[in-house]
Amino acid sequence: MYIIIAGGGDVGLSLTRLLQKEGHEAVLVEKDPVRYAKLSEDLGESVILGDAGELGTLMDMGANRADVLVAVTGTDQDNLVVCQLAKLIYLIPRTIAKVNDPKNEELFSSLGVDATVSSTGIIASLIEEKIDAGMAIPLLAFKECGVEIFKTQLSAESAIIHKKISKLSLPKDLIIIAALRGSQVIIPKGDTVFLPGDTIIMLIREERKEEFKRLFLEAV
Amino acid sequence: MKVVILGCSRVGAMLATELAVKGNEVTVVDYEESSFTRLPKDAQVKRVLGMGVDHDVLKKAGIEKADVFLALTNRDNTNLTAAQMVKHTFKVPKVASRVYDVQRAKAFKGLGLSIICPTVDTVARFHEFLKSK
Repeated sequence: MYIIIAGGGDVGLSLTRLLQKEGHEAVLVEKDPVRYAKLSEDLGESVILGDAGELGTLMDMGANRADVLVAVTGTDQDNLVVCQLAKLIYLIPRTIAKVNDPKNEELFSSLGVDATVSSTGIIASLIEEKIDAGMAIPLLAFKECGVEIFKTQLSAESAIIHKKISKLSLPKDLIIIAALRGSQVIIPKGDTVFLPGDTIIMLIREERKEEFKRLFLEAV
Repeated sequence: MKVVILGCSRVGAMLATELAVKGNEVTVVDYEESSFTRLPKDAQVKRVLGMGVDHDVLKKAGIEKADVFLALTNRDNTNLTAAQMVKHTFKVPKVASRVYDVQRAKAFKGLGLSIICPTVDTVARFHEFLKSK
């Protein structure tokens, strides 16, 4: 996939590296010349000096063939407008914005941004997780359709470990997308068996959250 | 009319002052205290210090009861975001923003926002001037 990342902060840099490692064509845009110079030592030609809010910049990058645009600058208004322009002008099918002020999440989704990631929200839930072990961490919310992507780590008490997926009675509207075991990514099939310590990433309907918590986190 | 203006820019300050003289209830929001010096000392304008793209700051400025919101900071993205927030979240009936970038102005006009683009207007004025004898 061709992925444009706007904003060369720490998040933008690590995201670009990660996506490239996974084989994607990822290009980072940074508007500050000093930061750009630093980034280009690391990323070479995969970083471009420019303002992603300027249509000229996006045009030079061939934005019309991009599959995804991710806006991760430190300013919510820049992230929103860049995503909206990407959709309006370049018809980029998928836009994702980092939301610094959690209060803006709902607004961004209703203004057409496909997914929002609230770093403040994630950090808050991570802290909560430390307090309440076995907490599910929300990764992405698709508010309009009422579904969310969560991750959670399976404890030794979880009801779904040591059993084949095909033998589990999973609730409707729940899809296990992947399991992470150390550095290994497991795409679940009928005969996959989860182990304690596995991190499970799943898509679930919001109203069924409680049901899922019982299933994944508690012993039955 | 209750008017909230974001950005005590030259345009923001002048418009606020004029609207207040005409008897409107005007509030200006700016995140820099020094910007308020653009307002005449005796201007009957409420000043609110804070970032404009923030629910709490906008509420403090009385956005919930406002009839008009004008986004006049010097940053296009700030104006566009604030205008959309005010329209969507606070349902203010009359909302306009200043957008310098011609292309951004065009794109967002297509979304149904009221945009005033000084670049286009200024260029038009110069053309007029060049045509005149």
